[in-house]
Amino acid sequence: MKLTLDIWRQKGAADAGRFETYTVEANEHMSFLEMLDVLNQELIGSGKEPVAFDSDCREGICGMCGFVVNGVPHGPADNTTICQTHMRHFHDGERLRLEPWRAAAFPVLKDLVVDRSAFDRIIQAGGFVSVRTGAAVDGNAMLVEKNKSDRAMTNAACIGCGACVASCPNAAAALFTGAKIAHLGLLPQGQPERTDRALNMVAQMGKEGFGHCTTIGECEANCPAHIKLEAIAQMNGDFLRAVFAKREEAAGGGAG
Amino acid sequence: MSVATKTVTAPPSFSRAGVLWASTVGKKALMALTGILLSLFVLGHLLGNLQLYFGRDSTGAYLINKYAEFLHHNKPLLYGTRTVLLVAVLIHVVAAFQLQLGKGAARPIEYHQKESVNSTVSSRYMFWTGVIIFFFVLYHLAHFTLGWTGVPDFKEGDVFHNVTAGFRSGIAPLLYVIGMIGLGLHLRHGLYSTFQSLGAGNPAVSQWALKWAAVVATVIALVNLSFPLAVLAGLVKG
Repeated sequence: MKLTLDIWRQKGAADAGRFETYTVEANEHMSFLEMLDVLNQELIGSGKEPVAFDSDCREGICGMCGFVVNGVPHGPADNTTICQTHMRHFHDGERLRLEPWRAAAFPVLKDLVVDRSAFDRIIQAGGFVSVRTGAAVDGNAMLVEKNKSDRAMTNAACIGCGACVASCPNAAAALFTGAKIAHLGLLPQGQPERTDRALNMVAQMGKEGFGHCTTIGECEANCPAHIKLEAIAQMNGDFLRAVFAKREEAAGGGAG
Repeated sequence: MSVATKTVTAPPSFSRAGVLWASTVGKKALMALTGILLSLFVLGHLLGNLQLYFGRDSTGAYLINKYAEFLHHNKPLLYGTRTVLLVAVLIHVVAAFQLQLGKGAARPIEYHQKESVNSTVSSRYMFWTGVIIFFFVLYHLAHFTLGWTGVPDFKEGDVFHNVTAGFRSGIAPLLYVIGMIGLGLHLRHGLYSTFQSLGAGNPAVSQWALKWAAVVATVIALVNLSFPLAVLAGLVKG
């Protein structure tokens, strides 16, 4: 199958960037990234600069890859990453536009590669989780409601790819931050730091320059990890509760 | 013997209102709360206006005029309600503007191509339907509360006369149609999103809210629109 690709080329953060058009011969069994590998080999062979794109596991679980194909983050396949999208989703002669995530908090480093350190800083703002050390406790000593453990697992599936931000008309990071707050907040192990975690992660999300959530739902529809809008409500609830529950640290640090 | 000294600094003070206002999540919660107040007003306003259809009582006075007199007679109620509504509008509008500016800053370079995969028109244009409602309310106040425009022979307190005279001429009914389309779209998403903004994310609740928000918004917009249309059609006349 023959494809025409309009790919965003940008040398670095300072470059304005532009679309350039390429043609590539692919077959339907290739993954999307393998198709780009073929294009890059041709570009290298003819002495041109290959197209920079992020990838790592190519199994849809690491969250490294991701760009916008024809206006849809991770391309047209439902709820999967671009590395797990195969060329059978496209047809011969199709024209595809490849564009990087667009958000102030995700500056373009090169071509289709963006800097997602903002997500790392939101995670760091979440701080630590208190865990017991010493002898292992009995596996069933801590009771967790089945429904909550399922929801915690659903939210823990977030791979931090950034498709939620990319698809959101407001460039909000609410689904990502919501998933991170919810997956710990739902479990007993996450309770000791729950208040500060919600306050600090939401504050960091604002500092990074992400937009606000207006419950449009594009993030949920584009999430390769099937994170639900419910995660955002959980974040909102945790944050609002934390604003009222937060207590000043006692001067002197209390007895201890 | 050496004495270890420890400098005790006061912990940074935590301003709850400040933290709420500084975050997008807190601002959205305030918009949800003020939105609930404004929605309740819209509902009350609609129920009161239904008296337009009930004609006169045994003394020959129009019911809607008696109701208007009752509302205006009770000054604490009148000015209390007006103050609460004004504050709610102020918070709602200022928060919306700040969030909209933040949205622009969050994506300085637009996509060359962007598709909507799964979202409603009402959810994507909340800010702009809000702008429509804002200007509609200003026009509505000038039209029927102050009598500055569009009502020939405006009589303060004679609501029945003002409404029947104000909708028979000019472009007023058309402006009301535009205003109610804006209101209907805004409520259709706002009534649902309110649950999400305040932390009620149980899918059973959200799905219920999503469905009923559409029904309630449609009913409110259509009933409100029935007033100018009924006057235009000659079903209500003085």
